[in-house]
Amino acid sequence: MATIAFLLNGTPQRCDISPDTSILTLLREHLAQTGTKEGCASGDCGACTVAIGESTADRQHFTSANACITPAHQLRGKHLVTVEGLSVKGNLHPAQEAMVKCHGSQCGFCTPGIVMSLFTLHNDLTQRPSPLTPVRLEAALGGNLCRCTGYRPIRDAALSMNDMPYERPQWFDATLPAPESDAQTTESPGTAPFFAQPASLAALTQWRQAAPQARLVAGGTDLWLESTQRLATLDQLIDVSRVAELLTIEEAQLDNQIGWWIGAGVTYTQLEPLFEAHFPAFAHLLHRLGSQQIRNRGTLGGNIANASPIGDTPPVLLALGAQVELASVTGKRRLALEDFFLDYKKTALAADEVISRIFVPQPVEGSQLRVWKLSKRREDDISALLGAFSYRVEQGVLRDVRIAFGGMAATPKRALAAEAALEGNAITREAFRAAQQALDNDFQPMSDVRGSQQYRQQAAKNLFERLYLSLSAPDHEVMLHAYAH
Amino acid sequence: MRTLTKLDGDSSRARRELHDHIQGSGPLARHTVDSTGQRQAGSSSFHESAEKHVTGKAAYIDDLAAPADALHVALGLSPVAHGTLTQLDLSKVKEAPGVVDVITFHEVPGHTDIGPVFPGDPIFVDQEISYAGQCLFAVAATSLQAARRAVKLATISIDEQPASLDPVAATERKELVRPTHVQTRGDWQQALDQAEQIIEGELFVGGQEHFYLEGQACVVYPSEDEGVIVHTSNQHPSETQKLVAEVLDIPFHAVTVEVRRMGGGFGGKETQASPWPCIAAIIARRTGKTVRLRLPRSEDMRATGKRHPFHNRYRLAIDAEGVIQGGEITVIGDCGYSPDLSDAIVDRAMFHADNAYSLGDAQVVGHRAKTHTASNTAFRGFGGPQGMMIIEAAMDDIARQIGEDPLTVRKRNFYRDGREVTHYGQQVDQRQLLHTLVETLESDSEYWVRRKAVSDFNATSPVIKRGLALTPVKFGISFTAQHLNQAGALLHVYTDGSVMINHGGTEMGQGLHTKICQVVARELGLDLDKVRITATRTDKVPNTSPTAASSGADLNGMAARDAAGKLRERLFDFAAGHYSEGLDREGMRLEDGMLVAGFGESERTIPWGELVQTAYLNRVSLSEKGFYATPLIHYDRSIGQGRPFYYYAFGAAVAEVSVDTLSGEYQVDRVDILHDVGDSLNPAIDIGQVEGGFIQGMGWLTSEELKWNDKGVLVSDGPATYKIPTFGDLPPIFNVALLEGHPNSMASLYRSKAVGEPPFMLGICVWSALRDALSSLTDYVISPHLDTPATPERVMLAANAIRKKAL
Repeated sequence: MATIAFLLNGTPQRCDISPDTSILTLLREHLAQTGTKEGCASGDCGACTVAIGESTADRQHFTSANACITPAHQLRGKHLVTVEGLSVKGNLHPAQEAMVKCHGSQCGFCTPGIVMSLFTLHNDLTQRPSPLTPVRLEAALGGNLCRCTGYRPIRDAALSMNDMPYERPQWFDATLPAPESDAQTTESPGTAPFFAQPASLAALTQWRQAAPQARLVAGGTDLWLESTQRLATLDQLIDVSRVAELLTIEEAQLDNQIGWWIGAGVTYTQLEPLFEAHFPAFAHLLHRLGSQQIRNRGTLGGNIANASPIGDTPPVLLALGAQVELASVTGKRRLALEDFFLDYKKTALAADEVISRIFVPQPVEGSQLRVWKLSKRREDDISALLGAFSYRVEQGVLRDVRIAFGGMAATPKRALAAEAALEGNAITREAFRAAQQALDNDFQPMSDVRGSQQYRQQAAKNLFERLYLSLSAPDHEVMLHAYAH
Repeated sequence: MRTLTKLDGDSSRARRELHDHIQGSGPLARHTVDSTGQRQAGSSSFHESAEKHVTGKAAYIDDLAAPADALHVALGLSPVAHGTLTQLDLSKVKEAPGVVDVITFHEVPGHTDIGPVFPGDPIFVDQEISYAGQCLFAVAATSLQAARRAVKLATISIDEQPASLDPVAATERKELVRPTHVQTRGDWQQALDQAEQIIEGELFVGGQEHFYLEGQACVVYPSEDEGVIVHTSNQHPSETQKLVAEVLDIPFHAVTVEVRRMGGGFGGKETQASPWPCIAAIIARRTGKTVRLRLPRSEDMRATGKRHPFHNRYRLAIDAEGVIQGGEITVIGDCGYSPDLSDAIVDRAMFHADNAYSLGDAQVVGHRAKTHTASNTAFRGFGGPQGMMIIEAAMDDIARQIGEDPLTVRKRNFYRDGREVTHYGQQVDQRQLLHTLVETLESDSEYWVRRKAVSDFNATSPVIKRGLALTPVKFGISFTAQHLNQAGALLHVYTDGSVMINHGGTEMGQGLHTKICQVVARELGLDLDKVRITATRTDKVPNTSPTAASSGADLNGMAARDAAGKLRERLFDFAAGHYSEGLDREGMRLEDGMLVAGFGESERTIPWGELVQTAYLNRVSLSEKGFYATPLIHYDRSIGQGRPFYYYAFGAAVAEVSVDTLSGEYQVDRVDILHDVGDSLNPAIDIGQVEGGFIQGMGWLTSEELKWNDKGVLVSDGPATYKIPTFGDLPPIFNVALLEGHPNSMASLYRSKAVGEPPFMLGICVWSALRDALSSLTDYVISPHLDTPATPERVMLAANAIRKKAL
């Protein structure tokens, strides 16, 4: 047990909780705040959505999170806002008022979560006025399942809430408790439970060395399922989310390549501006990665370290030729990303190491990136397979072809044979047929709940057909609007 | 009326707007419903709990306060689908930290079989294991975490046997949970023998997980005598009362069941909400403590039954115009391991194997296959949707065979004068509505303009193909078990004039309580604020039917109206005799919070509050109960003929889709719906049911895929692997309207019609539109085989298959 200090709906709180306590458990079981609901305890339904406020330059900025899989310890020094806190003196918040007026609730169980997603959207819109586009709306609400309404009245609520009069209550910007000082250790903690929150890379690597058995946690979006779904004990945790060096994006030059060092703790949401500017296809993929609640929490480093064969970013990073930097108390080393993934959920990360940064090269003149994710549902679904294609067309000839797939092997993996079939060849049906055939040498996918072997094999080949058609007959629509970028 | 997303009918503009919507650059419709003004029945009052929903104050089961020493229950579920339990060693479980009680089959004091209609559902496994997820034991501990961790310490030995998972093979082996039922009308053999053309086909229709957002949950408090008080998320409190009493071996009056609201039900809490209160009640009586039991999502999905998957076949005689002359349809419902409600569900599939079309001289056969999966159960539509799918498949197939548009073929086959009797002998009343409704929708949605646009587009687009389809719904309203068509209500008026209504129905989000309050407000001429509804309780209204079969408002609304009407008449009698000036009994009425007597200059008014106060002082009862039983309905199962339905509800929907024939991905571009609710009780709530039902139906046929491994273990056991529609699946153009000016021809509640289930089947148009898009790959000559759910995988494989066929 350890004490955390934070704000709950404007009121200071101090709670003694064990390391594996989620925000949802804290709310419902320790604080008897039952407005926030558990729908799935796996971050997939959004019924438990809460807002977490952090100080920015001017005012507090709120982001949505799934309380069921967010470690409560990460609330230290932050502001937790829940559905109970929104109405002031009996006056409903516009998000609430709009939901009532538009008949946006039926059974009402998902409603608190939807209200909280609308609240963060409303807050965004008032803090940074900008058009509420359908894409933005979908991003804000895609992580909240509703089984009753069919979403139309919820869409109307989102569209109408900004027209309602509203005065931001003062408690929104109540003073946050000071975060505790940088926790450092050089001694092994033994079996005592802890939730370490180092603030520097040096402190992080010391913790890592002292407690190699402890689990690293960033957003917790995957790790926490071990607690809620498999009932594992997570009582020794090292939190990487406050390590300054892991939270930056820096332009840099590496091996004659210009690019960016991206801190392993940078969230998907924080990555969006960079990717929008330089890798629109990658940014588009981010819109389909998890939900807003997940993207606010999940990190690039976490997606890589997790080493799932169906993680969304690794195939793209492989196609882009990314590198990872691993750090320990003894120093740093660098690996090409393809050398990091060894086997199913096995990586080159040593017991005393952490992923510190990821280097992503800037696209060179004329290079193209296509990223195609296939899943049962467009939003908030895990890939059945994902293909990432990076190439240049130089006088009609394909150059620097790098292709990688997720969902086709035990790890995210490059399609080396297919790459070779295309490299240096003109854009012809023959070359692409050869690449399709070569794919059988690259991958022998398996059948599982997300897709059969037959589908994966054929659909992966069809993505080559899609690429061929998009290059050879650019006037035809080869993609659906909803999936295009 | 039109709803909020009304967009211009001009299709090129609609197309442009759609494009803008998807690209994220265009404007969005901005309208809100104005729900001020009248709030009695017929108006769009807000949900009675809406403010509580949005503030988090609406309490669900797991939000209820319980004493600090309350126990939490976790269940030990079978990891195996079929076998014999040879050893169940729970010694380590009992010693685990926090554990207070552990129970198995042997600790059940009363009945051990909790089958709702027919026996076959053991509360715990004794020896025979029939599905993966079946309950073996229960652990009560001081926290849920402690209970769940203790469950993992059990030593379970099972002599595993092969699981039977193929309902078609099971049917051939005569492994059925209930006998096969047959409905026959006319000489169907002869119709086939003399057919100009015969067309046949088959279809697998997948099941569906309810995915109510609030999982199965209850809290059970021991009462001061031998009984219990049960709070449960439950569509059928009276049945739970009965089963809990039988399991505890105590009289029914010792058990009180209360349901304030459910976080979604959809049929999944009709029979399958009962086992958990039964288990919790045993522990509550054994320990004397309050007991909480809620199923974590993956256990909920593995332990409870789903919508029945069906394997359907048809063989039909058609004439040159594609009009069905007769034939046979066979439906096989995959019932899982026990009967549950499967008899009535497969019956309803059979009752809807015609949908809106006359089958001529036809035989419909329904098998109830037994397999080693959870016992499949009620789910919105109750077999009706699965039955309809086969005839809608046939309509598309006929159209391709005779080279006509599917809509033309559908219209030719509609019930009409001269072809007005179903294969089970019921005359289709209001059949003209089908024609009116479909013609209106056809015109409003510009079906034929868009048909041409779709064909033109497809002619020049090799990869992306568009599809368009209009499908109708005719859904029979009534429980097919006659005795369930009854309801009760209890009305109290207090001396301040406030009114309390209770009834036998339960609130699961469908707005039933709101509608009932509106009914009472209308009958008593009061503002809606004066009428309050509280939890459904078995000690207020006894012996109730489940809130199911879309019947909630039809039955309970009539009972509430009966109670209010009786009380009103009593107050009129009292007022006529009491007031010295002699009020005119004839023409007395309750309006705007007043009793009004006489007209014009002789009009006299007495405020409601004064009236009830005076009545009280004069010792007039201000409490009344109401009752209703649906008239006319009957069905003789021995001959498969009768009038099982009081009336039919109609509807139709048009979907336009775009399909990527390389990846199998698709998007629903536009949907137009026109639906019949008679005279609406609450248009906003009814629109909500229509839209929500449509999206849920679309999910059933598209992204919601249940998968079991080859040993019968459900592998799609959470929202990460089972994908219900999300915000982005809402069609960018979604025009929904209620058919106006056509009251119910039967004497239903204010001539309204039931709305819970019928709109679910409007979703079939999306599946049919996908088939239409695929058929374009063969210039509409071949009808593609497309089982459901039509996931991108199935669509891609169907595209491959049909391309090969066309070569």
